[in-house]
Amino acid sequence: MANNMNETTAGVVTGPSGPKPRPILSPRNIMIYGTILVVCFYYALPLYVMIVTSLKGMPEIRLGNIFSPPVEITFQPWVKAWAEACTGLDCTGLSKGFWNSVKILIPSATLSILIASINGYALANWKFKGSEVFFTILIFGAFVPYQVVIYPIVIILRELGLFGKLPGLVLVHVIFGMPILTLLFRNYFTSLPEELFKAARVDGAGFWGIYFRIMVPMSLPIFVVALILQVTGIWNDFLFGVIYTKPENYPMTVQLNNIVNSVQGVKEYNVNMAATMLTGIVPLIIYFASGKLFVRGIAAGAVKG
Amino acid sequence: MAGATKPVRILRNLNAKIAALPMITTALVIFVGCTIWTIVHSFTNSRLLPKLEFVGFAQYERLWSTRRWLISIENLAYFGIGSLVFSLVIGFLLAALLDQKIRFENTVRTIILYPFALSFIVTGLVWQWILNPEFGIQHIVRSLGFENFVFDPLYNPDIVIFGVLIAGLWQGTGFIMVILLSGLRGIDGEIWKASRIDGIPKWKTYLFVVIPMMRPTFVTALVIITAGIIKVYDLVVAQTNGGPGIASEVPAKYVYDSMFRSQNLGQGFAASTMMLLSVLIVLIPWAYLEFGGRKNGK
Repeated sequence: MANNMNETTAGVVTGPSGPKPRPILSPRNIMIYGTILVVCFYYALPLYVMIVTSLKGMPEIRLGNIFSPPVEITFQPWVKAWAEACTGLDCTGLSKGFWNSVKILIPSATLSILIASINGYALANWKFKGSEVFFTILIFGAFVPYQVVIYPIVIILRELGLFGKLPGLVLVHVIFGMPILTLLFRNYFTSLPEELFKAARVDGAGFWGIYFRIMVPMSLPIFVVALILQVTGIWNDFLFGVIYTKPENYPMTVQLNNIVNSVQGVKEYNVNMAATMLTGIVPLIIYFASGKLFVRGIAAGAVKG
Repeated sequence: MAGATKPVRILRNLNAKIAALPMITTALVIFVGCTIWTIVHSFTNSRLLPKLEFVGFAQYERLWSTRRWLISIENLAYFGIGSLVFSLVIGFLLAALLDQKIRFENTVRTIILYPFALSFIVTGLVWQWILNPEFGIQHIVRSLGFENFVFDPLYNPDIVIFGVLIAGLWQGTGFIMVILLSGLRGIDGEIWKASRIDGIPKWKTYLFVVIPMMRPTFVTALVIITAGIIKVYDLVVAQTNGGPGIASEVPAKYVYDSMFRSQNLGQGFAASTMMLLSVLIVLIPWAYLEFGGRKNGK
């Protein structure tokens, strides 16, 4: 080590360089890391409480406190929440809501991303008269409170014969995902080098050819961001689910709320927390698996609220 | 000859126009059409079904003399001011904390931000459980020996909205932190060096130099928080369902209940138009500053 130093810095007076190293246990560090620890503890606590409550039996919940780890771990509440929990008289568990949500999620996410990416592509590369005006209206539309437009949409869906059915809800998700996704794709496509587009035009590629053979393959990261945004957004939706579907098609969030806040019967807090965890797991997995992309996605989707 | 080669105007760029049809339809039918439809119908006496029998401002007069609506507005004000102040202050403090070149920054950010991935329903239900006086925080503090300790925000009409606020802040501050942190990272490092040379304490640099420089970031955060506040609905439904009594009602819930529960469409339309109005009050100055200013100024 010493030899090495002498060789590389021969002739130069060697001294300490770079910023002064800070002692690990300085008061400043203790304060900063102490605060961070408390903050992390606070934010992590509800998740912890959810998990431990869902693993306890009811007798233990009545005796103990919500923060203590389970003495005897039981998965019974999870089984019950999934397969037996009741909404009203229907005791088939949350599994039904889960599969409804999956059935809503897949077409909604796919269609909204497909349509919005084509919109964004048209706006970025094929501007036509008035295209910017429509785009501005669309972006301002993102700020219109949903409550203002929910009723007219009920009428439109009823006229189309889609009210209360899954395709109707899919359409609603496509519509309300459009402002933010179009913005996302338009900005991304605008940032791609224009020469690429021009070269393809010279080679005779048309609107769809350029989209499918150049734009899509070059924009996979932004498609992933859009996917994360839509999957969490659609999965977490409650308002549209409760308005535009009938009880047999209720998405998971609506069914969860009906199970937990039902006034009938004895409250089973462990089953409730297991059901809550089950509903939260999907976005949590996406969150923990996607890391930085999630941050990018929500930053883009911020206006969606 | 010239006429033959010149393509018809509407057919130019036809593919792009067809591709943009969903966007055009959504913009015109949903965001313009439906909004106007609702505003127009807010002046009618629609009840079970929408109909065009105009009654002037009667729905609005009735709205503003309904106790439930007034409570909703009051709650929204408390919730809104609380959200704004605490999200910005806590969000900024956390961002500044994470900006101190700490280790494990990614881990810390992941922990603070994860609630944002959860739905309001999940958030509301978890906090309903934690704030449950029989089992939650109140029970634990009492079992530590403080027999008279009272902390039951969800069962006390006077403070129930702050119980909702606690849950809302837990869910949303992480996101505000991320936005403000990206703003902090955008500040030129030279600023810090200059203030260190001048011997200005760090907190003063933050307060008088960095925060004013981050104005655009704060405005973005402000718009995001405000848009979220006015829409607040699911959280209340899950956590309190407007209770106890009507103590934690919010405007969005008033709209939903008028339209789909009590068959009083006119009230729902009038209330939702008021919501739109409040968004515009925030949005128009922001849009003016953001877009109008750029055009005229630079």
